[in-house]
Amino acid sequence: MSKTIYFALLFLFLVLLQVFVLNNIFFLGYVNPYLYIIFLFLFPLKKDRFSFLFIAFLLGLSIDVFSDSGGIHASATLTIAYFRLFFVKVFFSKYEVDYPFFNLSLEPFGKKFNYVTSLTLVHHFILFSFANLSFENFSQVLLNTLYSSIFTLVLYFLVVYIFSKKQ
Amino acid sequence: MQQLIYFFRKFKYFLFFLLLQCAALSLIFNNLNFHKSKYVTSASAVTSSLYNQAFSVSEYFSLKDVNNELLLENTDLRNRLRRRQKITILSDSTLVDTLKYFQKYTFSSAKIINNNFTRAFNFLTLDKGRNDSLYKEMAVVNGKGIIGITETVSPNYTRVQSVLNKNSKLNARLKDSRYFGSLKWDGRDYRVLQLTDIPRQAPVKIGDTIETDGKSTIFPEGILIGKVVGINNDTAVDNVIDVKLFNDMSNVGPVYVIKNLHKYEIKQIENTVNE
Repeated sequence: MSKTIYFALLFLFLVLLQVFVLNNIFFLGYVNPYLYIIFLFLFPLKKDRFSFLFIAFLLGLSIDVFSDSGGIHASATLTIAYFRLFFVKVFFSKYEVDYPFFNLSLEPFGKKFNYVTSLTLVHHFILFSFANLSFENFSQVLLNTLYSSIFTLVLYFLVVYIFSKKQ
Repeated sequence: MQQLIYFFRKFKYFLFFLLLQCAALSLIFNNLNFHKSKYVTSASAVTSSLYNQAFSVSEYFSLKDVNNELLLENTDLRNRLRRRQKITILSDSTLVDTLKYFQKYTFSSAKIINNNFTRAFNFLTLDKGRNDSLYKEMAVVNGKGIIGITETVSPNYTRVQSVLNKNSKLNARLKDSRYFGSLKWDGRDYRVLQLTDIPRQAPVKIGDTIETDGKSTIFPEGILIGKVVGINNDTAVDNVIDVKLFNDMSNVGPVYVIKNLHKYEIKQIENTVNE
């Protein structure tokens, strides 16, 4: 039960952080981090995925409502939520029996880096493609994806480093 | 039947994913449509009141700049007022108060509580709505130039389609020669807009001023937009001219919303069927 409350609070906190702080950074004029997707990395793996997919959709939608972007965050977040198990299988070779014992922070850094980076890149690429919605400025989409991904990843690993419990 | 149930059981997550994805896509495309966007907007009650709270704090940080801007505008308006007064005193004919009988536009003030300018389709949120008699398709400007057009209106808040939106298309003209064209944005640089469809014989120089043309029912005539910074001299069909905005769209303070009192009359006469 306490886990449910923890994730509900995390959800609220990440949405507010994204909307009121991170959406206003504009590093170098236009680069913003999208840190709210760490919710998807932290959410526990389960065999039943309906609730997870729905929560991911809601998370994206709440960011969309605030930033007037229709459903681009919802779509991108939903996609990486759906493909999360696939990436878990590829990078950590974990299957259904391992899900209850899976803990991202205990995994080796190299595997964790690959997993987080690929999910972030996919998310940002879908996000900026839909935000642009044409092939006209495609190089701009790729550049935005790259810069924002770097920003998000740096922030993510900083947060993980600061909040990890060191023995 | 067995097969069908088996199919649903096997692909239940994928089907659920598709369902939600379709919902997201329909929201994306509805959001771009000027006449349909009403569900996921920052003009809704919860988001706009949160933005309003945040704005009431961040407002203080830009007070100095906003004050300077308003002071400059006041100076300009006072100068114009003096000029006008002198003319009225000198004239010895019957005085007709033109403001009273021939007023075409009314201005009301509003504040921007949310602004974005980095995407290809940008919107702003104002802190006034239907209760302050704001409606759809009204012009939004400030002392330096144009900002956008009102789009979705809730009781207390309004969403504005920024000029930095690939769907936005405004009527604009050269200030000196009065040749007109339409002003669009290509989604690249938030400081530079594109003026298209200007006739080839129009004399255009770098540094020329661009202003609104009175031909639409939204913007009044002669509101400043920007200055020409680039002329495309090759043989492209649409003759694109780059216009740098006078406004810095990443940093806009208080705005005015303009209501056209003759809009209904103009629309009515334009829509009459030719016989």
